[in-house]
Amino acid sequence: MMMKKIATGLGAVALTAGLLAGTALAAELTVPSLVYRTGPYAPNGIPFANGYADYFNLLNARDGGIEGSKVNLVECETAYNTQQGVECYENTKGQGTGALMYQPLSTGITYQLIPKASVDKIPVFSMGYGRTSAANGKIFEWVFNFPATYWDQASVFVKYIGEKEGGMENLKGKKIALVYHNSAYGKEPIRTLEKLSEKHGFSLQLLPVDHPGQEQKSTWLQIRRERPDWTLMWGWGVMNQVAIKEAASIGYPMDHFIGVWWSGSENDVLPAGDAANGYLSGTFHGSGTDFPVHADIMKHVYDAGSGAGDKDRIGEVLYNRGLIAAAWQAEAIRTGMKMHSTDSPTAAQVRDGFENLNVDEARLKELGLEGFTIPITITCANHGGPGKVFLQQWDAGAKKWNKVTDFYDADREVVDALIAEDSGAYAKENNLTPRDCG
Amino acid sequence: MFYRETGQYRTDYASDQQILNLPQDKWAMALLLAVAFLVVPLLINDYWANAILLPFLIYSMAALGLNILTGYCGQVSLGTGGFMAVGAYAAYKLMTAFPGLDLTIVVLFAGFVTAAVGTVFGLPSLRIKGFYLAVATLAAQFFLVWLFNKVPWFFNYSATGMISAPARTAFGLEVSGPQAPIWAKYLFCLTLVTVFALIAKNITRGRIGRMWMAIRDMDIAAELIGVRPLWSKLSAFAVSSFYVGMAGAMLFAVWLGAVEPTEAFGITVSFNVLFMVIIGGLGSILGSFLGAGFLVLLPILLKSVLVGGLAMTVATAKHVELVLLGSLIILFLIAEPHGLNRLWQITKEKLRLWPFPY
Repeated sequence: MMMKKIATGLGAVALTAGLLAGTALAAELTVPSLVYRTGPYAPNGIPFANGYADYFNLLNARDGGIEGSKVNLVECETAYNTQQGVECYENTKGQGTGALMYQPLSTGITYQLIPKASVDKIPVFSMGYGRTSAANGKIFEWVFNFPATYWDQASVFVKYIGEKEGGMENLKGKKIALVYHNSAYGKEPIRTLEKLSEKHGFSLQLLPVDHPGQEQKSTWLQIRRERPDWTLMWGWGVMNQVAIKEAASIGYPMDHFIGVWWSGSENDVLPAGDAANGYLSGTFHGSGTDFPVHADIMKHVYDAGSGAGDKDRIGEVLYNRGLIAAAWQAEAIRTGMKMHSTDSPTAAQVRDGFENLNVDEARLKELGLEGFTIPITITCANHGGPGKVFLQQWDAGAKKWNKVTDFYDADREVVDALIAEDSGAYAKENNLTPRDCG
Repeated sequence: MFYRETGQYRTDYASDQQILNLPQDKWAMALLLAVAFLVVPLLINDYWANAILLPFLIYSMAALGLNILTGYCGQVSLGTGGFMAVGAYAAYKLMTAFPGLDLTIVVLFAGFVTAAVGTVFGLPSLRIKGFYLAVATLAAQFFLVWLFNKVPWFFNYSATGMISAPARTAFGLEVSGPQAPIWAKYLFCLTLVTVFALIAKNITRGRIGRMWMAIRDMDIAAELIGVRPLWSKLSAFAVSSFYVGMAGAMLFAVWLGAVEPTEAFGITVSFNVLFMVIIGGLGSILGSFLGAGFLVLLPILLKSVLVGGLAMTVATAKHVELVLLGSLIILFLIAEPHGLNRLWQITKEKLRLWPFPY
């Protein structure tokens, strides 16, 4: 009765087996890249994936890889879909000498991978997304989410708002709305904002937008009716563009509309044209191409014809984010290789590299990234990094993002308590005893 | 067929009523089950289980459920994703409330809960038919997903609204959670799917199945010969939802381990399962498996061929894959509008006469 199924199955076995054997090569660093170049999240997925790929290609072309070992970047398309993400993870984790780390770029997939990768002993680097409480390295041994989390960011936004209102005490009685992607990702900041609203006395209005976020008329009708003083957004993909256009169409003041760092790239604001002028977003790195590393990418990657994307889109916010993600990962691999003096590190050794990662100002300068982002020091207990965020503002005339604040510190009192609470709950649920970090 | 049926006589009613009444068929089936139960668990690895076999088994279960409702009883439903969500959340609540409970019981209870919910949403089917019923079940889909997003009790007040499966055992073997051995997960799903496929086969061959088919083919005529529409339609909804609920529970607890309702149980899932049933063949148990196989395995197969074999970039491969998959669905349905199951039957008929067709 199931002959056909078996036949199809066998065909697939033969095929995958052949493929896996074909790609196996020694002394290579296998870095899988879960990308989404298709689907409703592609506008944001593409520049990130390009920056990520270009940086590793640069290392291969300019330095001959990391510490002499070439990087083998294996892309796998997830379409931002969890089930396809699982397929990609299982497909790539055994390639070559074994995957060294994952950067899923999706909170849903990160949640999937946290328990799996911990068992398979492969580090997951969810850079500024995923499960916030993974910042607690005592419990989440294999997960890293530096340089800052959503909860850091939510508290920074409230700080900024307080500053603009002339002091935190003026937040009392103010109305803040949160427009969020109705998924684990979008819901991340809610608890922090609720705590902060208790602390500072502002009222919080929650407005979920369902996947994929193309339809938001009713959300913005509500904003038009309630007139919140400030609006925060946790959006991704087409949702961002639509929200900014809708905000513009109801005449919402753009300088009172702040997006999370995933809602602050060129793709998000350009469709709204001049109306998007003054829109704010959080970020932790610079934009533009004024860094030596971009010149190197031009020279070694694009001029050699192996660039991943369009030449004129280098330096976009999300491109730069993919680039810094790759840079930190490369540094982690390098640290792991040096610690264990090996040219073909295992995933566990790369994890050690992550845990002892130290990218300070001097190292950033060597990497051609001076002033690009904040220095990072990761320890056994702290996988969340410094937790600092700054705000950038869109200038629609010049079509560029301008840095408008310095790095803010997060409200550690609120955020740390929440991290302890949530990671403790995870440990209890999964019968984990926290590691001793000395 | 590949073998001769000539001379194999069935001499009593019992042998005539068997599902497989030819020794060759029996042997083939026994071989298939032996391979699935005894050989595959020895060879299985993470990729095969998590990317191919588990989704295939789980979607087969969901397709079986929908086939009972749509294929046998003729009630179109677009609420499959929502009902799978009911199963998943019921399983989650049971797993966290009663940590010692065997996962088999959890999955069965999740099925019962979904059956109850499905029956309630089946009530409109007594008045609404065809496309209108499809719209009513669509409402169930959106309502249920909204409910699981909105009411924190369902996800135990977790910060992100995600539910994640704790480690639980079935018959002393760990089958959920990240530490569970992959062959145990596979065997757990395979056993449930095999047992319930057999039950479905027998229900549909018996009195209840005939009642459903009578309603499907012409409800007024069925009523005239004494089939009660209320009872038949609601029982179809209940049994169907039971299967779909079990599929949802397995999808969450055994396969993915962590889900959020909007993505894992969205409208696309409902459509996908409906496509499986249509492509596989309405009103056939084998068709549910073929349809699930087609829609779960083919994309992965295409992806390996396009990316690995033809060295396309992943994005191009994805686009080509979507185009190819769409064309193949249309092609198969043009070749045989009654689905893969019918295609298989025709092949068997042809082979029976081969090499001397008349």
